[in-house]
Amino acid sequence: MDDGKRTQIYIMGKAYDVPVGITIMDAMEYAGYRFTRGAGCRSGFCGACGTVYRKEGEYRLEFALACQEMVEEGMHLTQLPFTPAPRASYALDELDPSENVLLQFYPEIARCVSCNTCTKACPQDIEVMDYIQAALRGDLERVTELSFDCIQCGLCAMRCPADIKHYHVAQMARRLHGVSASPEPEHLSVRMAELSDGTYDAELDELVAMDVDGLKARYAQRRIEPASEEGS
Amino acid sequence: MNGIPYFPGCSLKDSARGFESSALFVMETLGLPLVELERWNCCGTVYSLTEDDLMHHLASVRNLIRTREAGGDELVALCSMCYNTLARVAARVDADAEAREKINAFMDEEPDYEGGVQIVHLLHVLRDRIGPDAIAEATTRPLDGLSVATYYGCTLVRPKSVSVDDSENPTAMGDVLDATGATIVDFPFATECCGTYQVVDRPDLSLERSYRVLHSAARAGAHVVATACPLCQHNLEQARDRFAESDGIGALTVAYFTELLAAALGADPPPEGLGPMLEIHVTAEGGA
Repeated sequence: MDDGKRTQIYIMGKAYDVPVGITIMDAMEYAGYRFTRGAGCRSGFCGACGTVYRKEGEYRLEFALACQEMVEEGMHLTQLPFTPAPRASYALDELDPSENVLLQFYPEIARCVSCNTCTKACPQDIEVMDYIQAALRGDLERVTELSFDCIQCGLCAMRCPADIKHYHVAQMARRLHGVSASPEPEHLSVRMAELSDGTYDAELDELVAMDVDGLKARYAQRRIEPASEEGS
Repeated sequence: MNGIPYFPGCSLKDSARGFESSALFVMETLGLPLVELERWNCCGTVYSLTEDDLMHHLASVRNLIRTREAGGDELVALCSMCYNTLARVAARVDADAEAREKINAFMDEEPDYEGGVQIVHLLHVLRDRIGPDAIAEATTRPLDGLSVATYYGCTLVRPKSVSVDDSENPTAMGDVLDATGATIVDFPFATECCGTYQVVDRPDLSLERSYRVLHSAARAGAHVVATACPLCQHNLEQARDRFAESDGIGALTVAYFTELLAAALGADPPPEGLGPMLEIHVTAEGGA
């Protein structure tokens, strides 16, 4: 990766020379920053590292996942630790999905002026404004379809002039749609029964009692996606 | 395109589904089906009167752009609040090149809107393009014996620049319903306000306003009050139930004008809630 070429970036206003071809997150760590929040899976899936930047000479604020976006010459960077956006509390089985419950729990969606700023902020290229519009008319299926790739980074909610918490609205819609309109998968019912029967309690107790070195050893030996191992 | 692009609006997909389903049935039956605009968004609900508040026009302008993308130069609205907001924004950006330029610059992800899309109300299409004669001809369940108070409220007729008809004495809804055999009663509160969204903060106020409308309709001998707005419909129904004991108000049915048309054009079963009323007033007096 490091072929000796360097590029200049700015982190919170201060210039740094970093190798080319590394991600924003790697570049900031290269410069000496250490992340305890605002970093997660480092693989583009968890949504913890949603970030903003501007390129030199550009008027537009850009949005990305810091673990995915490569640094470019003249980038102005920072890292966002968290999106403060309260999530509504609800019991799915007590709600009637035929009523527009999204509007009841998140009435601010009615403040949407269709400015589309949320969509422009989405590092997953989701049509965020379109799903808020679908939420406004109670169309759970469309919210579910449009928001499926959301990784809950929260950048939409940080940018919205109407203070909508888009990603929480979409999550609620997907949950409602899931319980009301999707058949329950068989493997889920089986696993839920196993959990309530205490099938895995002994294994869990073993892990809880284990020391750190033991846990590390078990982690290193873990099987990833055993189903695909069996298939191969 | 086979059919006319139409804008449903949020309420027609939620609390006012009967308005949409009856309108779709009516237009299908009359041979000029409505085609739902692709990827429409909320109209913005209320037209912002603040001169420089262009942000609140974005929602309507996006729908005008969607209309252009669908290859159309007109968009049919059903809900009278959507109609009002869309029509006023369309007129504003047509007349104000500077506002249009600012809006286009802000919506840099959209193709520029150059103006020219006409917002029409379904009443325009029914009265002026299809016409009462064709409606009369297509009527299979004449509403003879049914007395209708046609209620316009505010947003169909004010301001004058977007009024669907003469804003003092509108007859468009009556012209269309008269063709079904219904009797249109003369009632003086046809263009009074129902109390609109005051129902949220001042329900007493909207109940009082709506009561006056219903009282006027009942005194004029109406069996049904025809509406074109989900919010009028809601407020009038609330007042009807609240004052059911007084002055014959409880006997009034409140229905979207499209529901009455659908019933006349043979919707089977007739739109929800209309059956008993038709049974009493139409079959008994009109005969079939």
